Amino acid sequence: FYLTPPQVNSILKANEYSFKVPEFDGKNVSSVLGFDSNQLPANAPIEDRRSAATCLQTRGMLLGVFDGHAGCACAQAVSERLFYYIAVSLLPHETLLEIENAVESGRALLPILQWHKHPNDYFSKEASKLYFNSLRTYWQELIDLNSGETTDVKEALVNAFKRLDNDISLEAQVGDPNSFLNYLVLRVAFSGATACVAHVDGVDLHVANTGDSRAVLGVQEEDGSWSAVNLSYDHNAQNEHEVKRVRMEHPKSEEKNVVKQDRLLGLLMPFRAFGDVKFKWSIDLQKRVIESGPDQLNDNEYTKFIPPNYHTPPYLTAEPEVIHHKLRPQDKFLILATDGLWETMHRQDVARIVGEYLTGVHHQQPIAVGGYKVTLGQMHGLLAERRARISSVFEDQNAATHLIRHAVGNNEFGTVDHDRLSKMLSLPEELARMYRDDITIIVVQFNSHVI
Amino acid sequence: AAGMFLRLLSDVRWQAAHPKWRRITCSWRSTSSTAEPAPVPLPAEAQVVICGGGIMGTSVAYHLSKMGWKDVVLLEQGRLAAGTTRFSAGIVSTGRHLSLELKMADYSNKLYQQLEQETGVSTGYVKTGSISLAQTQDRLISLKRIASSLNVMGIPCEIITPKQVAQLHPLINIHDLVGAMYVPEDALVSSANVSLALATAASRNGVQIHERTSVSHVSIQKGRVTGVETDRGQIKCQYFVNCAGQWAYELGHSGKEPVHIPLHACEHFYLLTHPLKEPLASNLPTIVDPDGRIYIRNWQGGILSGGFEKNPKPLFTEGRNQLEIQNLQEDWDHFEPLLSALLRRMPDLEALQIMQLVNCPESFTPDMRCIMGESPTVRGYFVLAGMNSAGISYGGGAGKYLAEWMVNGYPSENVWPLDLKRFGTLQSSRTFLRHRVMEVMPLMCDLKVPRWDFQTGRQLRTSPLYDRLDAQGARWMEKHGFERVKYFVPPGTDLLDLEQSKTFYKPDWFDIVGSEVKCCKEAVCVIDMSSFTKFEISSTGDEALENLQYLFSNDLDVPVGHVVHTGMLNEKGGYENDCSIARLSKRSFFMISPTDQQVHCWAWLKNRLPDDSNLTLEDVTWKYTALNLIGPRAVDVLSELSYAPMTPEHFPSLFCKEMSVGYANGIRVMSITHTGEPGFVLYIPIEYALHVYNEVMNMGQKYGIRNAGYYALRSLRIEKFFAFWGQDLDAFTTPMECGREFQVKLEKGMEFIGQEALLEQKQNGVYKRFTMFILEDHDTDTDLWPWWGEPIFRNGRYVGKTTSSAYSYTLERHVCLGFVHHFDEKTGEELVVTADFINNGDYAIDIAGQRFQAKAKLYPFSSLFAQRRRKDEEELSGYQRE
Repeated sequence: FYLTPPQVNSILKANEYSFKVPEFDGKNVSSVLGFDSNQLPANAPIEDRRSAATCLQTRGMLLGVFDGHAGCACAQAVSERLFYYIAVSLLPHETLLEIENAVESGRALLPILQWHKHPNDYFSKEASKLYFNSLRTYWQELIDLNSGETTDVKEALVNAFKRLDNDISLEAQVGDPNSFLNYLVLRVAFSGATACVAHVDGVDLHVANTGDSRAVLGVQEEDGSWSAVNLSYDHNAQNEHEVKRVRMEHPKSEEKNVVKQDRLLGLLMPFRAFGDVKFKWSIDLQKRVIESGPDQLNDNEYTKFIPPNYHTPPYLTAEPEVIHHKLRPQDKFLILATDGLWETMHRQDVARIVGEYLTGVHHQQPIAVGGYKVTLGQMHGLLAERRARISSVFEDQNAATHLIRHAVGNNEFGTVDHDRLSKMLSLPEELARMYRDDITIIVVQFNSHVI
Repeated sequence: AAGMFLRLLSDVRWQAAHPKWRRITCSWRSTSSTAEPAPVPLPAEAQVVICGGGIMGTSVAYHLSKMGWKDVVLLEQGRLAAGTTRFSAGIVSTGRHLSLELKMADYSNKLYQQLEQETGVSTGYVKTGSISLAQTQDRLISLKRIASSLNVMGIPCEIITPKQVAQLHPLINIHDLVGAMYVPEDALVSSANVSLALATAASRNGVQIHERTSVSHVSIQKGRVTGVETDRGQIKCQYFVNCAGQWAYELGHSGKEPVHIPLHACEHFYLLTHPLKEPLASNLPTIVDPDGRIYIRNWQGGILSGGFEKNPKPLFTEGRNQLEIQNLQEDWDHFEPLLSALLRRMPDLEALQIMQLVNCPESFTPDMRCIMGESPTVRGYFVLAGMNSAGISYGGGAGKYLAEWMVNGYPSENVWPLDLKRFGTLQSSRTFLRHRVMEVMPLMCDLKVPRWDFQTGRQLRTSPLYDRLDAQGARWMEKHGFERVKYFVPPGTDLLDLEQSKTFYKPDWFDIVGSEVKCCKEAVCVIDMSSFTKFEISSTGDEALENLQYLFSNDLDVPVGHVVHTGMLNEKGGYENDCSIARLSKRSFFMISPTDQQVHCWAWLKNRLPDDSNLTLEDVTWKYTALNLIGPRAVDVLSELSYAPMTPEHFPSLFCKEMSVGYANGIRVMSITHTGEPGFVLYIPIEYALHVYNEVMNMGQKYGIRNAGYYALRSLRIEKFFAFWGQDLDAFTTPMECGREFQVKLEKGMEFIGQEALLEQKQNGVYKRFTMFILEDHDTDTDLWPWWGEPIFRNGRYVGKTTSSAYSYTLERHVCLGFVHHFDEKTGEELVVTADFINNGDYAIDIAGQRFQAKAKLYPFSSLFAQRRRKDEEELSGYQRE
């Protein structure tokens, strides 16, 4: 089974999306020029989600990738809801009041977010009312709590993450009279999702991460080369601090079992996540909810299964770690991606590939004559050779697509191999997951002219 | 690296220590070690402040001071000649398409040649000559057209064979050449030194020069320049000249009242090499290989070679405070195609060692022509910038014209093609400029064929019928941002694609336009003419009439409902505008002028109408859609739609009336067509446009109505000997010179602008005469088509140039319009041109070096048309009876 280059391209480009921040009279005054995003499924259906939106009542832009497990329900819910929680957490008291008054009197609501969505990125219509009510309760509490202090972005991010996870948990415990919704909130709570979210406002970049997706900053060094700076820590067994943290939170007697075979309780790869109430609720609560829940839930072996050595829940949290970074002129782009990308490529390579792609220089280094003795003929030969090398790169208009092409198609020499691409993309559904994970990538480009 | 270049390109260094500029020749080293002297304080007041010490600013200062304006201050933010001027390749070439540009370059060349002697500053002037190569026959045609122009200007120039090229230059590979143009008097200069020489001469004449002084903004009061704010204090002044090069756009926008100067800089690359083993002679001709997109000149025993690539890189430095141009990054990969072209042209250079790839900014404008003149909104604010990489070639001439403009009120040549007022605010969006300059820069080397249209920055201004017409096969061109139909491609017709339809010969739309013309002659056509500039002038009392009578040469005190064709003349009697004015009521007038008059005419009227609250001038261009119904059946269509008789008895020619058309009321109908054919123009409030268009098309069906475009209009008006402003008429043409005495009422009982000049011409005769030429031995299918700018020969002697041309489908011949002069055979002095002189001569038109016999006429073939039409009408009515 062989895919032609156009077929490969149509697969790679099916989910690509680009957004350019609109210019004012030819000038872009935002620190974000725009972003490219894309995802390539391995699971059917894909369990990754992505979101991007501009905050309308405060400044800044939100971007996030979400890696779901045990189904896509939780990732889907988080991708729809998290940015609203963040935006609301950032809103000043007056705006919250204004919004609440508008809802109260049935007036039109101030728009909070402007979404930048690919047509395949959907929102659940059925749950919107339920989600809205939870969100409203949250802002009502914020109004009551009015601290009078200006909102700290870091705090807002942490609060939003925790609150949403809490709401997910609560909604599942309370249930819903509508059977469809009832099943939905349970699926959301029993599945899980990691989240890696960036908030960019001028030169202030915050990355809030829960789980093993990753944010990497692309930095152009003075000599033109590219380097990668991590802006998040993976929450998994490879992170000593995380292992230590998880162990600290439980009695000494559990030390061996809390992290086993590099997994939480020997089961879960990420050490932090949304949902996954099986790692958060007490055994009693889990049993009660499942028993009173719909039949589908009872038939599901996974949900009924209680993790072994489950003594002192919760074992899992959605609380993110937030890193603040002040953007510098040399910070050219930010990559948010789920672990599907990082498993296949080193972040240095990722930064280099994206950097070279975005600057349009598809060679390692620009040529400079400097003090060397170079003849016209030698230079001509050199340039011709360089030109021949770049050919394939021009196929992509989207940096995320370009990166996926490399992640899936790179051979041992680090160049894209069409045969490999063709093989990897034509794997049957059931095999695909063995060779690769879902990959979701957002590449945010910064505006060096403004920074 | 920048320091090195200063050393390489200029041997002269300057110091501002002495109040009057003194030349100090010393090596760059000793200068660089000299401590910066304390700056001389700025004067509090000056007549003129020039901003920019590049070739343009110094040239303007030089010429102003020569013409007697000594109270001039020149401010430079960095050092003199340190911007684009410093990096210029220093090629002075006169082979230009536009005769005005050609004259500027020729003047510059002559100025630079004697500049060293005049100033004592070494300018590096070497007369090398230049060779422009043609790799294709079309390119050779293009070069031959330029050669014809150069020859009649008295500039030596010849078309040579590839073999001759090889004799003139030892390194050139001639195998792919079909010919070349050799201009032996073209030259090389050190551009920075030319600029410094001009500055030296200017400063000797009293101009004060201040370096390291940057202008923050220009102060404006009541629409006039009053002073300049700098980082070193204020200078009061009456005139400001913006010669800020690539910064001119920002500087224009820095004040409270923006002055829009549409230009944008692109990176420009050229290569410098070490000397050859046997160093190249310094008088070796410069090579221009437009098909390879490169130029090559000798440089210090080696070569300097750059070009204009297909994928230019616009600069993004706007708004940055950059005192001098830093050498931008070298980009070899970007230069690769140009390097290939260079090695293909001169294969022996393979072993030559590279010194450096220079990247310097060059400013480009939306139409590839430089920007000169006074701001339409701020009096006393002059501009000279946007040289499209020909700053050295134009520097002298452009500076001279601008100085003349400031001192005398107008230059000695018609500079409308370069006038800042050809642009409006609509060309100054940054996005537009970025997109357009990316098209303009490659165009420097592209073949310039007739009827070329820009592809970028389009669909900015459109008629409400745009989509409708587009769906019917309209092909578009653009004027002043407005989309206008060229012609309609009938369904099922395949035209060549754009690239292929570039031709100097018969174009592929020939038959299409022919059938549109036929329909105009025999039935009726609709042309959307919404782009025309439309003003309304009204007053509470008689102010409108009184002022218009003074501003226009024809008598406007006509009964209400009459339309008057009239010139808007300058003091010399020349056409500043040519328009049709309808008297809507006793106190209000509706004025229609060419599309590109929107800014110029507005400024002209604003500056001359009194500041009187009773008098209002309004630009209503956007309020009306104009449909031109041309043809004998227009009468029938309109009378059926309006239930009103439209025959000449009820609706005579040159008449205007508001009436209803279909359901729509208040349509201004005028019995003019701009072509000499019968018909009407409907001025329709835009919300009715679609309705009226639909009604006209439906009703017109039985009369054979169809859409037509501007090419048909053009053919019709040219065969009827109708002159158009901007093409045939300009500020240096009077009504007397183009047979329009009847549009001038010298005895209308009121003084008007230009009256004296016209009276004098009436008594003493004119020195040029607008003439119509019908090409005799020209084969439309196989010969080169005339365009405009072709030299006219009378009895073998050059007498003038054509201004427009078209194929007349009625005469089945090409018609050229142009001006005939009478140069004294011995002295070259201009003599009076009489009708006899025109009529008694054998004429030929030179198209790219080939001369075609032509018959000259001073009046259109009115009798022929009348007969023909009557005959056609008989045929048509006979057909209908059947």
